[in-house]
Amino acid sequence: MRWQHGALAALGCAVALTSGLAAQNMQINGAGATFPYPIYSKWFAEYNKLHPNVQINYQSIGSGGGIRQVTNQTVFFGATDGPMTDEQLKAAPSKILHFPTVLGAVVPVYNVPNVTVELKFTGAVLADIFLGKITKWNDPALAKLNPGVTLPATNLTVVHRSDGSGTTFIWVDYLSKTSPEWQKKVGVATSVNWPAGIGGKGNEGVSGLVSQTPGSIGYVELIYASQNSIKYGSVQNQTGEFVRASEQSVTAAAASTAAKMPADFRVSITNAEGKGAYPISSFTWLLLYEDPKDKAQAKVMVEFLRWALTDGQKFAGQLGYAPLPASVVKLEMTVLQQIKAS
Amino acid sequence: MRSRELGFRLWTGAFALVLVLIVAAIRVELTRQSMLSIQKFGLNFWATRTWDPVTGEFGALPFIWGTLYSSVLALAIATPVALGIAVFVSELCPARLQQPLIFLTELLAAIPSIVYGLWGIFVLVPVVRSLQTSTPEVLQQFPLFSGPPLGVGMLSAGLILAIMVIPFTSSVAREVLKSVPIAQREGAYALGATRFEGIRAALFYARTGIIGAIMLGFGRALGETMAVTMVIGNTPRVSVSLFAPQYTMAAVLANEFTEADTDLYLNALIEIGLLLFIITLVINVLSRLLIWSMDRSNKVVTPAAEPLAEAAA
Repeated sequence: MRWQHGALAALGCAVALTSGLAAQNMQINGAGATFPYPIYSKWFAEYNKLHPNVQINYQSIGSGGGIRQVTNQTVFFGATDGPMTDEQLKAAPSKILHFPTVLGAVVPVYNVPNVTVELKFTGAVLADIFLGKITKWNDPALAKLNPGVTLPATNLTVVHRSDGSGTTFIWVDYLSKTSPEWQKKVGVATSVNWPAGIGGKGNEGVSGLVSQTPGSIGYVELIYASQNSIKYGSVQNQTGEFVRASEQSVTAAAASTAAKMPADFRVSITNAEGKGAYPISSFTWLLLYEDPKDKAQAKVMVEFLRWALTDGQKFAGQLGYAPLPASVVKLEMTVLQQIKAS
Repeated sequence: MRSRELGFRLWTGAFALVLVLIVAAIRVELTRQSMLSIQKFGLNFWATRTWDPVTGEFGALPFIWGTLYSSVLALAIATPVALGIAVFVSELCPARLQQPLIFLTELLAAIPSIVYGLWGIFVLVPVVRSLQTSTPEVLQQFPLFSGPPLGVGMLSAGLILAIMVIPFTSSVAREVLKSVPIAQREGAYALGATRFEGIRAALFYARTGIIGAIMLGFGRALGETMAVTMVIGNTPRVSVSLFAPQYTMAAVLANEFTEADTDLYLNALIEIGLLLFIITLVINVLSRLLIWSMDRSNKVVTPAAEPLAEAAA
């Protein structure tokens, strides 16, 4: 029987040790969007270096899952690429706040035989392509936008995401703002009933199909296109300029909407006004309860967000995101004070 | 000792019961979680072609069609090849080649399905596309071969599934052939049968087990997800064309589950899971009945048939 006592004692020690560690260390769990996962994991790792006792875990299970888990309070914070709807907010047990963390963009990628120059698009033309109304590359609408480019008579193959995705949400949100027909027939969601084309799974699925299929056009995140050096086109913004997606042009889109920013930050910045703004840009949001149950975690999370919105922004560019404009950060800092952390 | 016997029986019986309980629990839970969708769409869910998350209209017909079509196609391609491999390895092949061949077929089963999918996108899909562009005009008039040359679509999915199913079917069929009593073959040869006729007799003797092997492959094809979703084109459409992009039940679950943001949407997806569960169950029961009826009509029971049917279930 002696070994049993020994084992019990060891178990007791282990319990004492782990509970002792738990008192010092802070673990915070979150879940949600896959799109910001690279920068979030970078932030959590960097923040852990600065504050070794704080460990933030993030599961990138998708925006829909993030919203559900934060509503059910199985995680402390959520993350989403499309803001929560009024209905979803109502379903939550108490008030949820949105915090934009970084910006991203979606770009049109294409594979047109014998065309090497960068093509130009407008929202209306992209919508007509994705509606299946423009079926050939040498369609007059495309030719008019790209004078001097000899476009072939190849059939157009539309490639879209087959998985539900924040990338799709941003893309169709833009199409819906620039084409009334798209808004009426298809609408906006993380996955839609596509009128044309084939579906690829994930950014890699779409870019794989586009690079494989002559005459195809699809859409991927900017970060994905630039990291894999995939050719992408420029898109006309509201002021009439053809803008190529970049860190600057995406931040410009956010800055131009800052003046009209609603208090809860639930705003779409696709088709933004303003000079040099890239029109298919979007915030990605972190979701926090205004009055969280665990005050200690809330305090740490608010401190983390203060850091992420200021010092943390410098990591955005290298990972293919665009940093938030200073005006938006300033607004968020005041809203952060609303969180009841004590 | 008696009490020990009884204890052992109860103990193993409890494990068997756990299996039954798990299947029942899956059924109950899938139904419970898809209640919203079951109440809203009822039986129409089986027959509706629209899948529109924006307006909240959901129907499973294109996914059911795509799942059955791709699996049957895979079976049609895989079965002759798999049986050919099994017969060659167990009956005709030189002893030195036997082990390497067994190893290679089983290696196919060990490749992760995402690798098959990537190979599908970069190798198989271009091959299918060029096959399609070289299809004669006359044939393209038929619905079976119509559609623009995309490469992704039903044929690519069927081919990739066939490759994934072959190791399962051929391994089991090989084991079944191995277990045919030597007396059967010797009897056939004693009656003056040729090599071919001898093998045919062995195949006939082992037919219930071979059907079990084929159904095992079918079950695997029904549920395969990742490789199929990468090459099938993911378009919810009912089409008989081999070249048309379509969709399967497992693929839509894998694709849309994470971002399903409304309750109805999530319920509809879980109901697709329920349908897949029911369809798999029905197909397994049917194959079991087929094997039973063959056994009863013939009174010849292969020793291997029973465990194989278990494996297929």
